[in-house]
Amino acid sequence: MARFSPGDRVLVHDIRPPGHIRTPLYVRGKTGTIERNCGLFANPEELAFGRDGLPLRPLYRVRFKQAELWPDYQGPAGDAVEVEIFEHWLEPAERDTP
Amino acid sequence: MSHVHDHNPTPPADRDGPLTYYQAMEGAVRALLIEKGIISADEVRAAIEAMDARGPAQGAKVVARAWSDPAYKARLLADGTAACEELGIDMGPTRLVVVENLEKLHNVIVCTLCSCYPRMLLGLPPDWYKARAYRSRVVRAPRAVLREFGTEIPDDWQICVHDSTADMRYMVLPRRPDGTDGLDEAALAELVTRDCMIGVTRPTTP
Repeated sequence: MARFSPGDRVLVHDIRPPGHIRTPLYVRGKTGTIERNCGLFANPEELAFGRDGLPLRPLYRVRFKQAELWPDYQGPAGDAVEVEIFEHWLEPAERDTP
Repeated sequence: MSHVHDHNPTPPADRDGPLTYYQAMEGAVRALLIEKGIISADEVRAAIEAMDARGPAQGAKVVARAWSDPAYKARLLADGTAACEELGIDMGPTRLVVVENLEKLHNVIVCTLCSCYPRMLLGLPPDWYKARAYRSRVVRAPRAVLREFGTEIPDDWQICVHDSTADMRYMVLPRRPDGTDGLDEAALAELVTRDCMIGVTRPTTP
């Protein structure tokens, strides 16, 4: 059912749809790694309009290197941010992209 | 300086402005629900009292158990919700992820989109947690923000920021301080503060 597994490289869609979106702007268009699959959850973009949010969608925790998010990041290379992102915001990315 | 009272601003407690749109709507919906007998005024009061009564002692109890019992710690990291319920904490619909601080790994929690917070374990979030300054800066410059809280993270440590953007809630499991070998769970829980479990500071030895 889930399209991605821990360790997979994923690219977050760089789109700006209107409405209630739980994908923060600072990760859109960025590449990260699936940290875990959190399970199936109602789609908040639908819930926000009083609809049922079904079918349930896979939610992942995605790990981003700080330097990927902020090119001018000052700290050590190991620093990271982990963010929950729904599957319909993700597409596969090449494994060897930085 | 004895006649400055004319220029005194209104004391904060008296600064009741007109109701905002959502305050007025909340009041109207609440009045209708009570009038129709769906809920009572006392139930609303009791729910507020219960929310205000939750505090970081719950989270501290979980951390102290994890420090004392390696098997419990493993269960807590595998399924935070179930491990808290094991200690009699009512988690409601909260799905908890516990992130463990290691020798050279420090974790810190934020909700950049609003103010998601593990209320079942820590109570209501502090004002700074909900402020734009913390929410926007800790994902971008975590080391500088932690320094402002008095927490210096060495350059050869990793920092991981956890942004609660959707359905999970997070709690940091701090490292047990050195020199606490003789302490029982109740004494250990005393060392665990709210801010340690958010990750803006670390517990210290008594």
